[in-house]
Amino acid sequence: MFPGEQVASLMARCGITHAVTVPDSTLGQWEPAIQRAGIRLVRVCREGEAWAVAAGLHLGGARPLVMIQCTGLFESGDSLRNVLHDWKLPIFSVIGYRSYLNQETLPGDTTLIFTEPTLKAWQIDYRFVTEPGQFDLFARHLERCQAEGRVGAVLIAEGNA
Amino acid sequence: MSAPPPGMPLREALIALRAERRDDDVVVSAMGAAREWMALGAHPLDWVFVPSSMGQATSLGLGLALAQPRRRIIVLNGDGSTLMNLGSLVTITAEQPANLVLVTFDNGVYEVTGAQPTPGAAAGRRAGDQVDYVGLARACGFRSVFHFTTLAEWTAGLRGVLDGTGPTFALLDVAPVPGARGPRSPGPTGERARAFMSALQQ
Repeated sequence: MFPGEQVASLMARCGITHAVTVPDSTLGQWEPAIQRAGIRLVRVCREGEAWAVAAGLHLGGARPLVMIQCTGLFESGDSLRNVLHDWKLPIFSVIGYRSYLNQETLPGDTTLIFTEPTLKAWQIDYRFVTEPGQFDLFARHLERCQAEGRVGAVLIAEGNA
Repeated sequence: MSAPPPGMPLREALIALRAERRDDDVVVSAMGAAREWMALGAHPLDWVFVPSSMGQATSLGLGLALAQPRRRIIVLNGDGSTLMNLGSLVTITAEQPANLVLVTFDNGVYEVTGAQPTPGAAAGRRAGDQVDYVGLARACGFRSVFHFTTLAEWTAGLRGVLDGTGPTFALLDVAPVPGARGPRSPGPTGERARAFMSALQQ
């Protein structure tokens, strides 16, 4: 969808210090560029961890974001709830939307049924990006959420990778 | 086969830790340890992780350790919580934060729900064996690993735990607190988060 350099440059411009992540086949391709931009990757074993690591980073004065696939969003439930809603910490997330652009590998992938309702259920203000021309939508949302200190997410359509 | 030792009293173990805690140390506490720790008094650098997502104190402590590398971050966790987020032990050692001390209190039960055995405790396992948390920590790559079975051992070894090269894992065998309840939040979350962040910047 987007070159890693473009995403890394945006993150750096927004002052992101850490990307807490479990990769998928799209997000993982960005890792080298993110590291070259001076942003520290924190590789967690499961996505629920990512929110708590990001919470600790934020409390400690860093500016992290969480970068996971939508399947990891499903796994994140209680940890996400605690960080974003109990503690109201303004953690931004980048969510890869598996299969959205191509269902050949996983026909009938149920992530297509549950991803957006899950984001809505968790009351996360997200933007949905389905084509490369929408990078500005991603950029503006991240910039605004960082500037205003509020929770947000961008949902990145995947499937061609 | 004789019964295993009952374990040291949690409150006394925490009192000993409190006596050795430096004023600039951050202490993250969760579940039963949080209940007992906050009963001993408050400190601006205490992160009483209540409400929590059970199991995530280790991960939150890792984030703090990475963001605050000049401070020592002490995480007070339970065996049940450890089991809920075992992968975090691997994540921690992947990052190798030298300033992170993970203290795990093993009472073998989910204390606040009525002391049901965890699947890591002998009483919760078909074979009657017990999960070796110290072995797990070593296998994950913690640089310093300790196991204390009595209060006297803990009191004598505590300084070495705190001053060891991290990431550090210390397992303490503790006795369940009969009739214990879950910890209560000591105040509004937003205010507590702001106060904690402010204290960290000083």
